Amino acid sequence: MITIDGASQTFRGRSGPVEALKDISLTVGAGEFMAVIGRSGCGKSTLLRLIGGLLKPTGGRIAIAGDRVVTPRRDVAFVFQRPALLPWRTVEDNVLLPVEIFKWRRPQHRERAWQLLEMTGLGTFAKRLPHELSGGMQQRVSLCRALIQNPKVMLMDEPFSALDALTREELAVELQRIHSELGTTIVFVTHSIQEAVLLADRVTVLSARPGRINKIVDVDIPRPRSFGLNAHLDQVAVASAELHQLLLTEQHLPTPPTD
Amino acid sequence: MTDFSSGTRLARVWTNAGLPVLGVVIAVTLWWSLTVFLRIDPFYVPSPADVVESFLRTPRFLLQETWITSQRVLVGFCIAVAGGLTIAVVLAASRTVERMAMPILAAVNAIPKVALAPLLLVWMGFGDPPKIVMVVLVSFFPVVVSTMAGLSSTPADLHELARSLSASWWQTFVKVRLTWALPQVFVGLKVATPLAIIGAVIGEVVNPDHGLGSVIAGSGASNDTPLAFAALALLAAIGVLFFYVMAGIERLLVPWARAISS
Ligand SMILES: Nc1ncnc2c1ncn2[C@@H]1O[C@H](COP(=O)(O)OP(=O)(O)OP(=O)(O)O)[C@@H](O)[C@H]1O
Ligand SMILES: [Mg+2]
Repeated sequence: MITIDGASQTFRGRSGPVEALKDISLTVGAGEFMAVIGRSGCGKSTLLRLIGGLLKPTGGRIAIAGDRVVTPRRDVAFVFQRPALLPWRTVEDNVLLPVEIFKWRRPQHRERAWQLLEMTGLGTFAKRLPHELSGGMQQRVSLCRALIQNPKVMLMDEPFSALDALTREELAVELQRIHSELGTTIVFVTHSIQEAVLLADRVTVLSARPGRINKIVDVDIPRPRSFGLNAHLDQVAVASAELHQLLLTEQHLPTPPTD
Repeated sequence: MTDFSSGTRLARVWTNAGLPVLGVVIAVTLWWSLTVFLRIDPFYVPSPADVVESFLRTPRFLLQETWITSQRVLVGFCIAVAGGLTIAVVLAASRTVERMAMPILAAVNAIPKVALAPLLLVWMGFGDPPKIVMVVLVSFFPVVVSTMAGLSSTPADLHELARSLSASWWQTFVKVRLTWALPQVFVGLKVATPLAIIGAVIGEVVNPDHGLGSVIAGSGASNDTPLAFAALALLAAIGVLFFYVMAGIERLLVPWARAISS
């Protein structure tokens, strides 16, 4: 579904060029859940913005469903770290924002919006304003807003990181359910090893500055997975330990000479 | 209705209306007692009683003049708001125009508007136009400045969202930036309302014909300080009324602003 072929991104910063990503090659299959993990500033958000067409790579190429990405596509939806809701629009109208911008027919998609809100447990909040909702509920609204695009690909940038631990787990389990129901391809950036192991089919570990692919770890734990006691605790422990190791030892890797 | 909710409602009436009224009562009492205890000559500072008496001598005339000044304020203010919003939007739309217009705007803004009053007399003579122009001149800039500030205050994540949806410039402008700017626009409008009244009075004092400013100018010539104070009190009343109307419109149009700012 997503093919990244030697993508690089160099920003022209104030004090010379900043190499954010270098030579990333990666394929994400249709319906796959790919987590991306790495230290702060290693270029995770930049990678998502490249895939979503918000940034043009300075090197390499990126394609979705065989088409080269040059601008944002309607079948690719973003979920950001903050819900980014319009405070004057009701929950329902916030969800319908993409429909309006795409000039799709509103009545048709209204039903779908209600379905999505129902599915994420927000059925009774459709007519409320965002500030009347908790942080977790607001993030659910932004998830619904992404889903109304009927996306083939969802790009999620630390979507749960601003939430408290319990809400995070709840939303992660919910996202897993949505993913298995809709079969959307998801690229999910996170700082949390636990989240990555719970959700992902594969985890891409990025190394810091310039961001390169350190390793891609397979997570072969049967679904549905949960945070609670389950039959696969040992597998979870193994995968977590491996990711931990990769993230922690990474600073001792020989750094390429920069001059 | 339960006791509890009627209790909170009473509390709300008290904080919204009771406290402001109490403030006014205390201020007037203070003024009154100062004039009485310090035995101030009404020629310098009249007591509230002198002012009320002066008003009651010619109430119809004073209310008429109040109405004339209010009309000038209102017309000028509406022109200033319409023009200010339009200019701010144009400047926000084009970096080039903004760069070109900014020094001129800043320069015109720096000119003391009082200094223009005699010129307006030369250009437009007597009557309403020079006063209205003065109102526009003084209340125009706060609207422009605050609207521009509002239009450029859109949070980065909303911009990113609009971009990820390939929203056109116009869609982003209408659906996101403009509404987001409204609370700031109202800050400018609330700064501009008293300025509009000041502008009208400047116009009328420099170039008297009708209106409360002319009444004040005339009372100076006839040493009638209580009359001047009555006119000032009426101006203050217009100002208060105007300000609360503005605040009311704000609550109606941007009810969400208070919720997200707290
Ligand atoms: N527009 C830009 N201009 C210049 N440098 C940038 C720009 N955007 C990102 N960078 C740099 O690129 C690097 C990667 O940034 P990015 O936001 O992708 O990191 P990240 O992995 O998402 O970090 P975090 O985990 O903190 O969100 C950083 O060093 C950042 O300073
Ligand atoms: Mg980031």
